[in-house]
Amino acid sequence: MRNVGIIMRRELASYFATPLAYVFIVIFLLLANYLAFYVGALYERGQADLDSLFGFIPWLYLFLIPALSMKLWAEERNSGSIELLMTQPLTLREAVLGKFLAAWIFTALALALTFPLWLTVNYLGRPDNGAILAAYLGSVLLAGGFLAIGSCMSALTRSQVIAFILAVVACFALVMIGYPGVIDLFRSWAPQALTDALASLSFLTHFDSIRKGVIDVRDLLYFAMLIGLFLLATAIALELRKAD
Amino acid sequence: MIKTEHLTKHYGALTAVEDVSFQVGPGEVLGFLGPNGAGKTTTMRMLAGFVTPTSGKASICGHDVETEPLAAKAALGYLPEGAPSYGEMTVRRFLDFIADLRALEGSRREARLSHVIEHLQLQSVLEQSIQTLSKGFRRRVGLAQAIMHDPPVLILDEPTDGLDPNQKHEVRTLINDMARDKIIVISTHILEEVDAVCTRAIIISQGRIVADDTPAGLAARSRYHNAVSMQLAQPAQLAEARAAVAALPSVAQVETSERDARLTALPRSGVPILPALSELAARTGLKLKELHLESGRLDEVFRTITS
Repeated sequence: MRNVGIIMRRELASYFATPLAYVFIVIFLLLANYLAFYVGALYERGQADLDSLFGFIPWLYLFLIPALSMKLWAEERNSGSIELLMTQPLTLREAVLGKFLAAWIFTALALALTFPLWLTVNYLGRPDNGAILAAYLGSVLLAGGFLAIGSCMSALTRSQVIAFILAVVACFALVMIGYPGVIDLFRSWAPQALTDALASLSFLTHFDSIRKGVIDVRDLLYFAMLIGLFLLATAIALELRKAD
Repeated sequence: MIKTEHLTKHYGALTAVEDVSFQVGPGEVLGFLGPNGAGKTTTMRMLAGFVTPTSGKASICGHDVETEPLAAKAALGYLPEGAPSYGEMTVRRFLDFIADLRALEGSRREARLSHVIEHLQLQSVLEQSIQTLSKGFRRRVGLAQAIMHDPPVLILDEPTDGLDPNQKHEVRTLINDMARDKIIVISTHILEEVDAVCTRAIIISQGRIVADDTPAGLAARSRYHNAVSMQLAQPAQLAEARAAVAALPSVAQVETSERDARLTALPRSGVPILPALSELAARTGLKLKELHLESGRLDEVFRTITS
């Protein structure tokens, strides 16, 4: 566990040693605020909640998180630093977890910087702060899911561009299978059980249920398992291909 | 102790390393030689636990690299080929990171950090990011990383590649200083390096060990072993000298070079020819600029064995 912390700190410091961290945060905040105010009509709806923000979070993450996760392993393999890292006395699991946690903490930080929106709705009305908190938690979990997938895709290739595209496609699929329109498409021909199973695999289903303020153990378990599974896949992919 | 037994690595149908077995003990500096693509780097990567062998075993200080990877890695300092590192980090932060991973603490940590910074002369670049450093400095940062925890075993993949002659000399001095109490394996394709630092050399070609000997022993395999080379003061005498030398019964063959008026006499096996040649020069009044006995040419042995 000591090594996880060491890797995580190095990784976080490296985000801030380059413009990457600042560019990511600025773009994330600009888009989040633009979507919440102009597309989500935060004022015009006249409702004291942050649905205008959280409704767009999956779509915002869809492009921004793969942009962050693409470098996790592809860059290490491309520059050869993975050889340096993996010949230090630490396990692959520690390295995978440390890097993932660094990226996760970073996205949580970017998300936390949307707090002026929360202050705004509290100034304008009396929102259900419990539900807002739950939505923030759901967003953090969603970011974790996206990042775990991105980490796995990044481990599959030396090319950051390919890692980005693979991650966008995989995350898009996992978001879309929960979309009502898409579920209906399946419902027209597939058995009910299959439709339900597919829908329950979706990010959106679980994110939306947490967002409503109901924190169900099944939703937490879903994200925990999804993250665990893709991190394990990351480690396996690296074990097989780290030296190629 | 480094030990490998029948170490083999296949990449699909391609054989990178085939049945490589050797042992290296304390005080030995083993030079790993071979043409590019011969399997040097793959062998070193297997020793360092970065590449998993297809079959065979390797151990560092008694720790098998596959079953006890952490113990093996803890006993090992490794410089990967090309000395990769994290370009955006400053040298100081990078060394701190390595010291963290090597679990160095307290006064020992301070002592080791200042030791590597001093010995690899990194003081002037400590606050610079690694990507802005010259190739020589980057290599030294990689070496600093490898010796950070004062490991009993060092594996250095081309430690002097890309360094200028002064830097090469410094790195060789460093290796010689550490050689007494450590086991060191270096790979190189610079043959002068073998003479400069190695006590033993393994030549590997197409994944297999083709020679395992001391540098002197390898040189003795050369046709030039115990050959006598002489440079004439008067180039005009070259043809005449050649005929006289070739007539000596102990001389097997004579090679001449017009460019520097040099004549090299190769002996019949095992026969010393230096006395006969110096006597010949005195007798015929040949004026010599230089006369010396060759111990053998490593580059010629290398070419003969690997091509």
